[in-house]
Amino acid sequence: MCVICDEVEPTTLLEQLISHGILIDTGIDGIYGRSGVFEDVIARFEDLVTRTGATGANPMSPEVMRFPPAMNRFHFERSGYMKSFPQLAGTIHSFMGDDRGHFDLLEKLSNNEDWTGQQKTTGVVLTPAACYTLYPIVAKRGPLKAEGALFDLQSYCFRHEPSKDPARMQMFRMREFVRFGKPKQVQEFRAGWLENGETMMKKLGVPIHVDLANDPFFGRSGRMLKNNQRDQGLKFEMLIPIESEEKPTACLSFNYHQDHFGTTWGLIDADGETAHTACVGFGLERVALALFKHHGFDVEAWPKAVRKALWQ
Amino acid sequence: MKSTIRDILAKHGRLPAPVEGLSDDADLHAAGLTSFGSVEVMMALEEAFGIEFPDRMLNRRNFSSISAIEQAVMTVQAEEAA
Repeated sequence: MCVICDEVEPTTLLEQLISHGILIDTGIDGIYGRSGVFEDVIARFEDLVTRTGATGANPMSPEVMRFPPAMNRFHFERSGYMKSFPQLAGTIHSFMGDDRGHFDLLEKLSNNEDWTGQQKTTGVVLTPAACYTLYPIVAKRGPLKAEGALFDLQSYCFRHEPSKDPARMQMFRMREFVRFGKPKQVQEFRAGWLENGETMMKKLGVPIHVDLANDPFFGRSGRMLKNNQRDQGLKFEMLIPIESEEKPTACLSFNYHQDHFGTTWGLIDADGETAHTACVGFGLERVALALFKHHGFDVEAWPKAVRKALWQ
Repeated sequence: MKSTIRDILAKHGRLPAPVEGLSDDADLHAAGLTSFGSVEVMMALEEAFGIEFPDRMLNRRNFSSISAIEQAVMTVQAEEAA
């Protein structure tokens, strides 16, 4: 309790972030406005990621691509996302009725009834992960060169999982480097980022821990996919405690897809074989939240070394 | 039982080569059985044999060969009968 102003100090991290003006409440869990301070931290971290990539973590200069946070529905369907994560997908629907339908819709709205019955699926869905847009584009270009390929992506992504945990947003940004090539090329890329990513994150003065992980595959079939992913060491995450000490949050992920996307999209390497892919993903909001959690809400007061790493 | 397993693999396993060419002990993952393929095989096995694999048995090892699948099905059948 604040004695002077007689207000209760917020206790949860989300409430504190909102009361300090770092995030802006919209009335929906997981959908927040971002303050200038928050955005500056994200921009500085992105710059650190770019620099780390350019100074040895990336095997070549990446081709930069940016897409809006929506993707081609047919590409989304072919990607197999609905097989694995139907519970997280966000599909875009619009009204496609006539005058009569419009009248019905307005009547239902004014009566507080469900008005969405006439909404029809559009050609677009919300992007679930930054790299999903990329694979069909690379496949269309034809066989890879001998050295493979590397892309630099960043996109807002959507996952339907409303939560009071500020680190589990419904719309968040993911920065990604995606490597295409021979199994050895993409495995080396992932191994390199596991090492360089750890060095990079240590500069930020937050407690980190790298662990074997799995994606949140849906249902009983998902149990099998989770076990397989773990057995084969296909996913590692860099975890930082944000909302909870016991259950730290995955802020970076290091994924080897084997030939999953190569087979799905007909990606071919220089020798005519199915290409393998790997990616390193940076959860931008999560990293920013980890920094606010561990260094406080006043960025000017963050430790000197951390400020130097970010603001140079 | 092995012939039922072979039928299921042919229908749901999405293997690049015919199942007839594989021995009972051949490595199915090496033969091209993917994670998604093994999920579909698992579902079809459950329906064909009227069983439900416990979570702990949903792993690559139990779906690594025709013999391994047979062994896994028999283990579940024995547990469910007990």
